[in-house]
Amino acid sequence: MNMPEIVGLFFKASLLLFFILMVVLILTLAERKALARIQQRKGPNRVGFKGILQPFADALKLLTKEDILPASANKQIFWVAPLAVFLPGFLIWVTIPLAKEVVLANLDMGLFYITAISVLSVMGLLMAGWGSANKWAMIGGLRAAGQLISYEIPFIMAILAIGILAQSFNLKEIVDDQAQWPFAIKQPLGLFIFLTAGLAELGRTPFDIHHAESEVVGGPFVEYSGAHWSVFYLAEYMNTFTIAVLTVLLFLGGWQSPVLPFSGTVQTVASLSWFLIKTALVIWVIFWIRGTYPRLRIDQLMSFGWKILVPASFINIFLTASVLYYALPHWVITVVSLGFLGATFYFIKKGSLAGNKQDTVTIINSSDIRAQLSNKAEV
Amino acid sequence: MQVHQQVSEYSDAIDLMVNMGPQHPSTHGVFRLVIWVDGERIVKVEPHIGYLHRGSEKICESEQYSQIVTLFDRLDYVGNLNNELAFCLAVEKLTETVVPERAEYIRVILCELNRIASHMLFYGVYGLDVGATTPMLYGFRERERVQELFESVTGARMMHNYIRIGGVKEDVPDDFDKNVLILLDHLKRGVDECDRLLSQNEMFLARTKGVGIITGEDALDYGVTGPALRASGVIEDVRVTDPYSIYSRFDFGIPVGSNGDCWDRYYVRVEEMRESIKIVEQAISDIPDGDISAKVRRIIRPPVGEVFVRTESPRGDLGVFLVSDGSDKPYRVKVRPPSFANLQALEYMLEDTYIADAVLVLGSIDIIMGEVDR
Amino acid sequence: MPMKESSSISSKREIKAPIVREDLDQAGENLHKILKESISDFPGSEISVSIDMVTVKIDSVQLAKICEFLKYTEKFGFDYLSCITVVDYEKDQEIFEMIYHLISIRLHHKMAIKVPLPSNDPTVPSVLGVWKSADWFEREAHDLFGIKFEGRENLPPLLLYEGFEGYPGRKSYPFHDYGEW
Repeated sequence: MNMPEIVGLFFKASLLLFFILMVVLILTLAERKALARIQQRKGPNRVGFKGILQPFADALKLLTKEDILPASANKQIFWVAPLAVFLPGFLIWVTIPLAKEVVLANLDMGLFYITAISVLSVMGLLMAGWGSANKWAMIGGLRAAGQLISYEIPFIMAILAIGILAQSFNLKEIVDDQAQWPFAIKQPLGLFIFLTAGLAELGRTPFDIHHAESEVVGGPFVEYSGAHWSVFYLAEYMNTFTIAVLTVLLFLGGWQSPVLPFSGTVQTVASLSWFLIKTALVIWVIFWIRGTYPRLRIDQLMSFGWKILVPASFINIFLTASVLYYALPHWVITVVSLGFLGATFYFIKKGSLAGNKQDTVTIINSSDIRAQLSNKAEV
Repeated sequence: MQVHQQVSEYSDAIDLMVNMGPQHPSTHGVFRLVIWVDGERIVKVEPHIGYLHRGSEKICESEQYSQIVTLFDRLDYVGNLNNELAFCLAVEKLTETVVPERAEYIRVILCELNRIASHMLFYGVYGLDVGATTPMLYGFRERERVQELFESVTGARMMHNYIRIGGVKEDVPDDFDKNVLILLDHLKRGVDECDRLLSQNEMFLARTKGVGIITGEDALDYGVTGPALRASGVIEDVRVTDPYSIYSRFDFGIPVGSNGDCWDRYYVRVEEMRESIKIVEQAISDIPDGDISAKVRRIIRPPVGEVFVRTESPRGDLGVFLVSDGSDKPYRVKVRPPSFANLQALEYMLEDTYIADAVLVLGSIDIIMGEVDR
Repeated sequence: MPMKESSSISSKREIKAPIVREDLDQAGENLHKILKESISDFPGSEISVSIDMVTVKIDSVQLAKICEFLKYTEKFGFDYLSCITVVDYEKDQEIFEMIYHLISIRLHHKMAIKVPLPSNDPTVPSVLGVWKSADWFEREAHDLFGIKFEGRENLPPLLLYEGFEGYPGRKSYPFHDYGEW
């Protein structure tokens, strides 16, 4: 590597970082607006035209806040934890292609690299929990570690199934392979597993018990303030964007579209926009889920992950591999996969506690009670 | 402060003590809960109250009777009108004042609307405890509608000081009937919407079914009353079994649960909102014309004696015990707060649950610290 | 704002005769009847009626026994202790009067038990063994009035902070002169 190459790489990496930060800022505003609409109110709409400048106001506020260090906290671990959470999330972006020609470094082992690096952020959460010298933080950190490590398994298995289907770990080749049918149609079970495990990896509702300790603040992030907390915040939104982008790349066809008459730079721009539109749809679904559902308790979360998602992901791999081994047509995967998806939903429904509301709560009429009372009084 | 050193039965470890301090985001007021946990299981619980103790009962002894109504407003600061009603009933019983019909109807309508507003607050805050942010907004929107009506009638959204000894303060505005009917329409749809959002949600059920169970006899032994008692299967509602004011004229249902867990306590309140709507409908169609207050002196001097009155506040059995010595200030006023007794049962309900359930069980009892501490 | 003693009536609280008004409903009448029959088991007790509440005045020594009797006997069945009140009659009669309001959910009647205690040493047996709801009510009575309860450990203060001196519920407490700053 000579100097111009290094400088070029450095420039591209900074551009990527800038792009990510911009996207994250837009996402914070988008989430607040989306949640507000679900809750029948407007989101932030004062700062700038319809609230566009709100993220910048937030960033400015967070950067100028005092960075508090608890007296008995372990200083080195406390300060390093945000970085340890942010860096692996950013390192993934090195190999993610956003359009046909837009990628920093297209690795042949792209998927493998992504799964390997993304696990490292768990350590950051543990460091935050331990270094805070706060019992709630420690409990939250341990819960986070348990949850994130457990949900890595279905996450990686779903990715593995895609790798088997596409016969490659190179992300560009995976997208090119979806020119005819997106993999979501071939592996609906895989899509469900990936999205659910991805939500759990993010630590988003309904899986956000680890940082909703006292039910709003907290968990490992409770002692952080100012710029250090903003790094955690950034990391969460960046990971949300990553999961959405991965969903689109692996399952929804990436930048493939039925009609692409252009060529050259225009095609790159068009495919990039189409890709971002698809990502925006997935992100909207993630926000929608957050606005509607309450959160699961940690043991229910773990039981869901281990008892439902892990077997489903193994079945998914086995199914894909056997269809490819016996060179059966690919629609077999679709049909059987849909069958298993239905079976998964059936098992979730069977263990459900929803029944007739009148089973437990009955309404007794006051006139009955008054009649009872007057009878008793006469007796 | 001594540290509770207890060896866990599962290992050589010492139980961890975590402190849900006086400030914590489950908005139930200033309440401190010290919990000893073994991993995720709760081993021992120690509640600390008294952060909001203002000596209300003692203050009452140096205020004239008509001034005490404002103090009672601030005890249960969510169900204000019900508190005012309890005190006014006590004084009226002692002085044998006959409240005119129109005033009684207005009182009942406002108290039932206040019950709906209080239960909407419970609904919103409980949704927030479970982790869903949306019920909060839905519940508070309905509550705002009710408070708008209150503002047009009493002049204030919360601390009304409207129900006075002998009747109510002043007559309702001309469009009161119309406004109440429009409000009931909105509320019916609002309650249905809130019900649809949360009640049968998978995750909500998973978190609240079977959690914090208390049986009917234990609940009664601990002095639990109100929706928490009805959810455990005991049919007891002061409005029906020991009627006061004009409640005996209305026909409404009493929701009674069977399991005594958090979901039952939550759903009993949702159904109670519907029943309160029925009461207001019946009241508003029958409301007569007439005086809105009996002729009472400006400075009330009840005869010597004592009286105990029970009413059904949104939280349970609110009792007022009044001792009068013939002067213009009471000799002793004692408030029997429902949340005080309900909170005692928290230790029992939290046996053998997870630490994440502590917040849910606390939320389902629906306490207001202003009432607990007085 | 502390109210100055304006009316002459309140400056000297003479013991006036209480109102004699009986307004019992059907359930109250029945209760009054069966109480009069059973009360002979407990010497030294008097029954009276105050507006709509049947009241029994007993000695503090017999409190626990009477409470158990009232809770577990079928025809009374007072399963719910509503409230424990303390009224300070120290200046005039030199007693603290403890009032227990009992309600029967099953049989729909209610009554009150009054226990006068000497004001120089107010001690009363605890009814925690009979109704668990007495727990915090007794602690509150201890905090605010200084009533001592036999048969239970003295727990830290409930409504006041540890280290608070004096009993603010009593009439003798300098409420209006009390200043913390």
